[in-house]
Amino acid sequence: MSELQERVAKRWKVPKGHIYVLEEFCKGCGFCVEFCPKKVLAQASHFNDKGYHPPEVVDPEACVLCGFCERICPDFAIWVEEEGKSDAG
Amino acid sequence: MPAKTILTGVHFMNGDEAIAEGAIAAGCRFFAAYPITPQSEIAERLAWRLPQIGGMFIQMEDEIAAIAAVLGASWGGMKAMTATSGPGFSLMMENLGLAVMTETPCVIVDVQRGAPSTGLPTLVAQGDMMQARWGSHGHYEIIALCPASPQEAFDLTVKAFALAERFRVPVLLMTDEVVGHMYERVEIPPEVPVAPRRRPRVPPEEFLPFQPDPDLVPPMACAGEGYRVHVTGLTHDERGYPDMTPEAHDRLVRRLVDKIRLFPEEYTFYEEVQLADAEIAVVSYGISARVSLGGIELARKAGIKAGLFRLITAWPFPDEAIHKLAQRVKGIVVVELNLGQMSREVERAVRGLVPVHGVFHAGGRIHTPEEVFQGIEEVYRRCR
Amino acid sequence: MPVRAARAAPEFVPRVRHPLERWLRTDRLPHIWCSGCGLGTALSAFLYALDELGWDPDTVAVVSGIGCAGRVAGYLRLDTYHTTHGRAIPFATGLKLAKPDLHVIVFSGDGDLFAIGGNHFIHAARRNMDIAVICVNNFNYGMTGGQLGPTTPVGARTTTSPFGNFEHPFNLVHLAASAGATYVARCTTLDGRRLQKALVEALSHKGFTFVEILAPCPTNYGRRNRLGEGLDELRYYREHMVIKHGADPKEADIAPGKPFLVGKFVDIQKPTYLELYQAKAREIGGEG
Repeated sequence: MSELQERVAKRWKVPKGHIYVLEEFCKGCGFCVEFCPKKVLAQASHFNDKGYHPPEVVDPEACVLCGFCERICPDFAIWVEEEGKSDAG
Repeated sequence: MPAKTILTGVHFMNGDEAIAEGAIAAGCRFFAAYPITPQSEIAERLAWRLPQIGGMFIQMEDEIAAIAAVLGASWGGMKAMTATSGPGFSLMMENLGLAVMTETPCVIVDVQRGAPSTGLPTLVAQGDMMQARWGSHGHYEIIALCPASPQEAFDLTVKAFALAERFRVPVLLMTDEVVGHMYERVEIPPEVPVAPRRRPRVPPEEFLPFQPDPDLVPPMACAGEGYRVHVTGLTHDERGYPDMTPEAHDRLVRRLVDKIRLFPEEYTFYEEVQLADAEIAVVSYGISARVSLGGIELARKAGIKAGLFRLITAWPFPDEAIHKLAQRVKGIVVVELNLGQMSREVERAVRGLVPVHGVFHAGGRIHTPEEVFQGIEEVYRRCR
Repeated sequence: MPVRAARAAPEFVPRVRHPLERWLRTDRLPHIWCSGCGLGTALSAFLYALDELGWDPDTVAVVSGIGCAGRVAGYLRLDTYHTTHGRAIPFATGLKLAKPDLHVIVFSGDGDLFAIGGNHFIHAARRNMDIAVICVNNFNYGMTGGQLGPTTPVGARTTTSPFGNFEHPFNLVHLAASAGATYVARCTTLDGRRLQKALVEALSHKGFTFVEILAPCPTNYGRRNRLGEGLDELRYYREHMVIKHGADPKEADIAPGKPFLVGKFVDIQKPTYLELYQAKAREIGGEG
């Protein structure tokens, strides 16, 4: 079973919280990278298991936690979390 | 004063109205349909009755929508029915398959009329019998009942709802224009048992929505009950999730068939009239069975011992009962308002033991007793 | 020259929870949709809308038809019904009438809802059935291999219009408004919170409501019409969409290369089928 909570995500610290990327869900569409208003993200050079380039955080300081990456992602592969609102492990 | 749900007492009503009252008595509170002759009296009566007793009536935009709404209502927790005639029955076939695949209890009435196509809208036939059995795509099993009088239309509608809940299946009531429009005495009893729906017995987190009980029927969790069930017409596993493997498909289709086939004693109904000493058996159903009684009377007057085996359950076909019948008589006559549909099943079940002769008419009128008598005479000559 | 800080190294965090997880059958993810498809974004916006509304999940049922969008139902941890092609709306009608307290939402595609299911759409709108219909419009039949549909623009190439489409498409906004929908909006999958707002309004509005969500289909429609990747289709939306509320639905035609309208077109109140039925039923003695 591929229960989401059993998976391991990458987490980056940004000024007001965190950005999570669940690489194995990513299909490399590039929406989050393209439409991030602060250009926080870039496509990584490595591949995930499906052969796509997942996003990675390249400019964490620029993140204002607007959450558009989370909104635009079609694959539930990236999301943001405000400081102090964590319910993740 | 609120309207009565069960109209206990003696009535003079037609078969269509009796079906409407049978449905209400059986606990049906949702009816969706599209107008069509000769079904309209069912819809008209329920449009009048259901709003008065806390039920829901809706006239949909076509028969496809009608049966889809019925399935939705059944998953909403109501006992639900639709009614139509041949052209609408054809339109319902795809969603009949959805009802089979998703194990949705409901009742579908077909008041048969002359066909193919628009055929004879106001006149009788029994040409949809094989469509009832095989009309939807894929392999499945189905229960279909055939009333021969308004009283039986009432009784079998009640029975149809009970079987729908017992097996979690769509049940077909295959009646015809003459039974539908014939006015007769209908006695409605003081109480009619309402068949319960099989409910989950475990909390949502332990519930597998398509995990069957030992009798192969799974309990049903309806919408809004906290079970959060995924229901799909795709081949699915016990969780209700799509499973596209040949193994899962074979397992599911077999279970859907076997859950009915393994319990013939619960749905196999027939009536025997004057068969004890009969040499010739007339096998018939619906209005044709009643006409056959006249032919049998003529035969007896002419010295031929004939009797009637009336199919009340058309599907699943009572193979065993017909085979045993073939061991007791010298010949069989099948009377039906088509050019040979149930007669194929009779021949199959008889397995060549005795001659089987069809008295067929494509529809538009019922048989005359003389035609039935001639058929009896023909077989009698052949088997002497 | 300013020195950029070294790339921050990520931590690895097990047992993560996506903010929408409570609405999802997570054991069915990742979903089947292609890279760059807009369906996942539309689904996510729908779940944000549900989150915002704060409804008890046990009061929400989602009905889908067939096709890529039809698969939405299967990913939701709700009472979900994946029905036959085109018949989600009448199924939803039965469900709503049998259980009026339920929030019943139809989530399906343009082919399912407007070709094979078109008749059901206009009649449910006409009778003001209290359901919300969300249509993800990708301008073709994606799942079956990219055939032309009722929304395919004139001239567009699909597998069944190899020489360009000879049919005129529906303007879904105009169709819904004309048929009697009491709330009609159009968004794209690029619209983020604007899309969420439209969905919140449609879901909470009494009566028959309709939201059209324009979405990329890079694998089929986009590829055959040289629109590039899903990303390129979103860029196209950004360059061509004109946000305008209260516009005349007649002006909501979509034609390749031309600006198109998004926004809220209709927001009116009128009695629903259930309200009229129940009022009469109370009057004549039943409870309806």
